[in-house]
Amino acid sequence: MTWIGWAQIALVLACVIAAAIPLGRYIDAVAAGRVAWLAPLEHALYQAAGIDPARGMGWKAYVLAMLAANAGGFVLLYALLRLQGALPLNPQGFGGLSPWLAFNTAVSFVTNTNWQAYSGEAAMSHLSQMAGLTVQNFLSAATGIALALAVCRAFAAGGVKNLGNFWADFLRITLYVLLPLSIVVGLVFVAMGMPQTLVGAAGATTLEGGTQTIALGPVAFQVAIKHLGTNGGGFFGVNALHPFEGPSALATALQIWAQQVIPFALALTFGHIVGDVRQGRALLGVMLGYILIATALVYAAEAGGNPLHLAAGVDPAQGNMEGKDLRFGMALAALFTASTTGASCGAVNAMLDSFTPLGGLVPMVLIQLGEVLPGGVGSGLYGMLVFVLLAVFVAGLMVGRTPEYLGKKVQAREVKLAMLAVLVLPASILGFTAVSLVLPSAVSSIQDAGPHGLSEMLYAFTSATGNNGSAFGGLTADTPWLNTTLGIAMLLGRFAYVVPVMAIAGSLAAKPKLGASTGTFPTHGPLFAGLLAGVILILGGLQFMPALALGPLAEHFVLLAGKTF
Amino acid sequence: MQTTSALGRHALRRAGTDALRKLNPRHLVRNPVIFVTEVISILVTLLAIRAAFLGDAWSFQAGIALWLWLTALFATFAEAVAEGRGRARAESLRRGRGEASARVLLREDDRSLWQNRPATDLRVGEFVLVEAGELIPSDGEVVQGIASVNEAAITGESAPVIRESGGDRSAVTGGTLVVSDWIVVRITAAAGATFLDRMIALVEGASRQKTPNEIALDILLTGMTIIFLIAVATLVGLASWNGRPPSVAVLAALLVTLIPTTIGGLLSAIGIAGMDRLVRFNVLATSGRAVEAAGDVDVLLLDKTGTITLGNRQAAAFVPAPGVGEHELAEAAMLASLADETPEGRSILAFARDRHGVLADGPPPGAVAVPFTAQTRISGLDLPQGRYRKGAVDALARSLGVAVPPPLAQAVDRIARAGGTPLAVARDATLLGAIELKDIVKTGMRERFDALRRMGIRTVMVTGDNRLTAAAIAAEAGVDDFIAEATPEDKLTYIRRAQAEGRLVAMAGDGTNDAPALAQADVGLAMQTGTQAAREAGNMVDLDSDPTKLIEVVEIGKQLLITRGALTTFSIANDVAKYFAILPAIFVASYPELQVLNVMHLASPESAILAAVIFNALVIVALVPLALRGVRYVPVGAAALLRRNLLIYGLGGVVAPFLGIKLIDLILQLLGLA
Repeated sequence: MTWIGWAQIALVLACVIAAAIPLGRYIDAVAAGRVAWLAPLEHALYQAAGIDPARGMGWKAYVLAMLAANAGGFVLLYALLRLQGALPLNPQGFGGLSPWLAFNTAVSFVTNTNWQAYSGEAAMSHLSQMAGLTVQNFLSAATGIALALAVCRAFAAGGVKNLGNFWADFLRITLYVLLPLSIVVGLVFVAMGMPQTLVGAAGATTLEGGTQTIALGPVAFQVAIKHLGTNGGGFFGVNALHPFEGPSALATALQIWAQQVIPFALALTFGHIVGDVRQGRALLGVMLGYILIATALVYAAEAGGNPLHLAAGVDPAQGNMEGKDLRFGMALAALFTASTTGASCGAVNAMLDSFTPLGGLVPMVLIQLGEVLPGGVGSGLYGMLVFVLLAVFVAGLMVGRTPEYLGKKVQAREVKLAMLAVLVLPASILGFTAVSLVLPSAVSSIQDAGPHGLSEMLYAFTSATGNNGSAFGGLTADTPWLNTTLGIAMLLGRFAYVVPVMAIAGSLAAKPKLGASTGTFPTHGPLFAGLLAGVILILGGLQFMPALALGPLAEHFVLLAGKTF
Repeated sequence: MQTTSALGRHALRRAGTDALRKLNPRHLVRNPVIFVTEVISILVTLLAIRAAFLGDAWSFQAGIALWLWLTALFATFAEAVAEGRGRARAESLRRGRGEASARVLLREDDRSLWQNRPATDLRVGEFVLVEAGELIPSDGEVVQGIASVNEAAITGESAPVIRESGGDRSAVTGGTLVVSDWIVVRITAAAGATFLDRMIALVEGASRQKTPNEIALDILLTGMTIIFLIAVATLVGLASWNGRPPSVAVLAALLVTLIPTTIGGLLSAIGIAGMDRLVRFNVLATSGRAVEAAGDVDVLLLDKTGTITLGNRQAAAFVPAPGVGEHELAEAAMLASLADETPEGRSILAFARDRHGVLADGPPPGAVAVPFTAQTRISGLDLPQGRYRKGAVDALARSLGVAVPPPLAQAVDRIARAGGTPLAVARDATLLGAIELKDIVKTGMRERFDALRRMGIRTVMVTGDNRLTAAAIAAEAGVDDFIAEATPEDKLTYIRRAQAEGRLVAMAGDGTNDAPALAQADVGLAMQTGTQAAREAGNMVDLDSDPTKLIEVVEIGKQLLITRGALTTFSIANDVAKYFAILPAIFVASYPELQVLNVMHLASPESAILAAVIFNALVIVALVPLALRGVRYVPVGAAALLRRNLLIYGLGGVVAPFLGIKLIDLILQLLGLA
């Protein structure tokens, strides 16, 4: 680790927080309908769709509208991927995707996962990239944020049924937050050298006289929303490692900023919506603390290098550079890795499969903790609020009152729904991984022997269920079994999680909002932040300990002992 | 440890057999965590037996099975011990009830016509005659007569109380003893549903239902159990990747140590003990829900008279008229009060003696007492050396035909404005000055209200006094708010308004007109001496009839919740150490390098697993006294309380098992068991 490396990390995170503060306030204004500089367009769209933005929805109506929007998105994307061979804007003449792969990909982009069992430049037409994947990048991000806003509103007032109007939230987020930010960031990416063209590929003659096909396409703007919406699906198969998708270290820094800024801003938006910005700061503090620790761990593990290489005489100052890009360096790779897994983005600028075991353990744990650090756009916030409710419940009893958070009593119904949501991750991750490790057809997808092979499978289901989308690598995922099960894991991670969360929102919204007294413990101080951090680790992480012990931990200690497989 | 020693050997043996009986799966299914433990115990037991028959190594499996059974048994034992403490009290209540027979009147107004029937055959609405020396056969209301009743069977207090028809002293309780005179009682409770019956059922825990917070906690614990079931079950698949899945006994050990058995085992004991603490405190709650609500209370409604103040006005100052010495006034006041047997009169004598050293041993010979009447509003004593009078200022001045000197009139006004009562004192035809009578605030009340405020509870004083008087007393007592000139409707309105703001309200009351407010309040503490209506409306009854106890009731409620939270936190925090004990032990066969994670340096995989299981079982027993006694409650703010308890039970919960498991591992080695 170097001081320059740490300075880079600090600078990027400082820019994230500096931007998140005004953005958090701005999203609050958007959510309240106070931002209206595109009002004519907005109202024309409402009118065309026959929507009354002022009509509030209960939690069930909100969820149904969300499910309808996402089901529509899924059908359109699936059809587009299957039929792309017959559709225009296909300069390279790619055929339609197989049913398994189209299902997996459509689910992947609808759920904001962006797990990619294909290689973009070798499978997707420009139309699929632009009208299919990029559009879903916006819609899944707007869905997540809309859901988070609905959950925030449940804490804001007492005795209400109305959580807002899904369609209005969805449209406003897209129009006033995601589109403007994406346009600005996309233009900067173009300036940094990312292509944005409808040309399919350029031909080049290499020095040896051979010919080389260089894939091109509408890259820059897709990459902008890929990061801003914590989607993570790359235009190219190698994601941000491709020179056109990650043209420079500065572009990498901007990508990290774009991944983090909205999730962090939403924590503050929560504070604004509930009328006490300190509450939002406490959540942000926990998120930031975890990201810092995770970054430090990855950075230390990778900078420490591989003991076997060191023993063979490799310069220790190099650390473990396998799978990393010299242009970005170790520090940005570490921060990018922590950020992309903490924020449920899933873009990669280094190959996790090549990381040291502990360097690979950290991103896996960040996802398993529930994608709340800071998590995906919207999903990170509502996931965090589930942990907040559990923390308040467990510890709240210790002050001798029925636990309450922001004046809302946390009772049996909320605990039940929160536990249902928390159950989804271990059930899907551990369940699918365990089955896949004994199923011969699934086992054959694994590249490496020993604990590393287990990590590859564990990571795939972790990434899918956590709606992260990053790949560890080393796993051949485009098989019917993995396409299907990973698709189901993605659906569970998104929808089986959010329905109970929205039910909690409905239940809390209906409760009276009690005033705070000295008998209710403050939920904005460092004490509560520490408690919340502990609950996330214990209730969110402990169940994965055995699996991690058999994967990255075992690999680490075996490696220290000088053994390989 | 007074809790266990107080039980005695017999009670412990009884608890032991009860604990075994409670292992019945049909009973245990109510407690999911322990139920899972029992199912796992059965499974491992069968495996051990199978291994023994097949001639395989079976001792390790048998050891695990034994301690898993003990885990379940310790949990049921905790519950049985908690119930046992209530049972002793229930038995003494039952003995007190005896076999009463009743003289049922054929006509309400004719005491000569009655028939003898066993108390168990009484119907609601019948009239019974009870005379001196007889037990009152069932709960009811006195409709005729007046009697002194010994209620020791209920309250433990043997001094008899007066019960009479009409008014607020008309309720009688079945099983109490009439010690003088007679009464006619209209029966209000059917056999088996009397106050005493309910009390017995309550202290025995027979009618115990889970409280809202308990249900929520149960769900959390069940959820965690499912999560760890998934984590352990999937381990079979995960571990098979390296070809060596752990044995079922080992997985069973891992599962049972990870699921929250500690709090799962103690949860119901904590609830029963909380109820029992209240019973020992001579307060009966109709449900655990009420006890829990007490912990949540935000507003306390307290009657001024008898709760905040001593209830009788007492002399607080002498204000002499111009030209009169204070000592002279004190002596005159003393003499004027010599024949006055009222508490106010006594207090004047006491005040004159304590402050001015004037005293006399009763009226001297030749003294003629002038008693107080409602017409004159004056009383006094005629002595050879003069006629001493005291009374209402205007009445006394009028009867003497003198004007009140302006300085004295001002002083009298000041006394009245401050909530006191001025009495004028005269010798012959001279006004000597005034006595200030004040409703004295009980000592220590201000400190208690301060403590309540730190707990986040607002205290509201309810009084019939006018605003001015009420404000003065409220300021002196240090309450947060007051309701002056309060009618029963005012109380009800105040409660409803506070509840609409989402606050929980507690109040104490005894009269029939308190009943609606008692019923509306979230915690209604009725006085045992109160009317039947009040007792029915409240959800708690104070057998000592001391409304101040509302404050302690709140503390007991809080203590109950704190104990649950603390032990839950402790139980969950324990898991960290158990992982460090068991995981290396399980996987060391596949990856010997994982031995590094054995930070406790436990002797062998077998002893590590066994030590973790034993610790997990023993910690339940170790915490039984704490569960029964409750975590100490200190009235500091919530933030400080949370910090303190997180440190003790959160951090302590992480550290304790490291030490405990290591210790047990050492003992196992010493004994050569592993």
